[in-house]
Amino acid sequence: MTVADWTTGEPQLVVLSCGGCGNVWYFQRPFCPRCGRLDPDEVASAGRGRVVATTVVHRAPSDEWRPLVPYTLVLVDLDEGVRVMAHAASGTAIGDTVGATFEERAGRLVPVFTPA
Amino acid sequence: MSYIAGSFATAFGRHEGQDTLGLMTQAATGALADAGLERADIDGIICGYSTTMPHLMLATVFAEHFGIRPRYAAALQLGGATGLAMAATAHFVIQSKAASRLLIVAGENRLSGQTRDSAIQALAQVGHPRYEVPLGTTVPAYYGLIASAYLDGRGAGEADLAELAVAMRSHAVDSPGAHYREPITVEDVLVSRAVAEPLKLLDCCPVSDGGAAMVVTGDQVNDHCLRVLGSGQAHQHQHVSVVPDLLSYGAGPSSRMALDEAGIGLDRIRYAAVYDSFTVTLALLLEEIGLAPPGQAGALARDGHFSPGGAVPLNTHGGLLSYGHCGVAGAMSHMAELQRQLTGRAGARQIPGQPDVALLHGDGGVMSSHTSMVVALP
Repeated sequence: MTVADWTTGEPQLVVLSCGGCGNVWYFQRPFCPRCGRLDPDEVASAGRGRVVATTVVHRAPSDEWRPLVPYTLVLVDLDEGVRVMAHAASGTAIGDTVGATFEERAGRLVPVFTPA
Repeated sequence: MSYIAGSFATAFGRHEGQDTLGLMTQAATGALADAGLERADIDGIICGYSTTMPHLMLATVFAEHFGIRPRYAAALQLGGATGLAMAATAHFVIQSKAASRLLIVAGENRLSGQTRDSAIQALAQVGHPRYEVPLGTTVPAYYGLIASAYLDGRGAGEADLAELAVAMRSHAVDSPGAHYREPITVEDVLVSRAVAEPLKLLDCCPVSDGGAAMVVTGDQVNDHCLRVLGSGQAHQHQHVSVVPDLLSYGAGPSSRMALDEAGIGLDRIRYAAVYDSFTVTLALLLEEIGLAPPGQAGALARDGHFSPGGAVPLNTHGGLLSYGHCGVAGAMSHMAELQRQLTGRAGARQIPGQPDVALLHGDGGVMSSHTSMVVALP
């Protein structure tokens, strides 16, 4: 199972959903981590949600990220019921309603949330 | 029945030319001497891991290097919770009679043995390899996210978190082995350079070289043993993205399990050894355990509650924030200090009235793995 999402270069966030117990989750795996049922449904997220945590990274982990500091990382609760980590526009704050865009950063496609 | 019979932490800081096995050897030698035991007395060994010496079998590599032939060996990996989890495992091993006198040892040249980028990248791998790490994350960034939720959810300010860094530094002033010993103020913390906002440099523990070890036995082998009264653990998640509640991570159930096994209440605790990789780590753990009311950890620190003369002295050697952090051995320095405090051997740092019951708590990953222990004078 390889979900086509931003980690494979597709500009979308994908939520996995269990047809058996109704569980939804984000980190892809070919079974429901609650009930074990195989073959979860892939749901393309509308990319809308609410910010629950923010940080502004000043100390980058590597040369590829160093030119981009400071950059904002967030945890966002998507309307589909899962929490995702992503980049965000500078100044994004907890409680903001945001929408996902996708940008090339440090040589890869990443989700970037901006005010909705 | 099991006892912390001996413990030892090397000085933490920059130890150019030292390697993992050398630092582990120094620590093991110190802990054996503290316990009053010889290599031949040891029949079990538990090790952690080292980022500068990744190996499939660190426990037996060290056993051979140091010169012991145990009948029980294990290596354990729970990030920052590893040291206390090793002590808990020794407690279980002794109860099972698989071994009776165990050496627990860790050491790492985490500072001088690699570039800072290498250390930061290695540690960032506690994040999700596909959905977090590719975003340019670091461990301070994971904790920066947590800190923002803490400040927002508890109505605390950055100056409150800074109080915890100030307290740990004030303890380190009298701690000769500490990585950083110059006193600091709240203002110093607030104006230190941003690392992962809201966390500044002085909200973060340093990366250090060092080692620490302890000896856990089924019998009282000397007059300064501490009895293990109970232990507990909780492992509710690995990655910060899936934490359901950003104010509750597992320290509550873990510490309650340890206190329940000990058969005592939190009000009986006279000393606390709590994991403090970042100021926010310490605030969240103290509050979830119940050693501070929600949002009040910093205010209590400012009032001297956690000072050597306070109600619940905390990390009196300086903690990870000032004694330093060299990986698995980092939080084991908390045990070495605690044993000295409870047995009246802490010298210039000795707490008046010598505490008799202590709670330890370790956290690994991103508030992911929790281990607690209650120890007391026999």
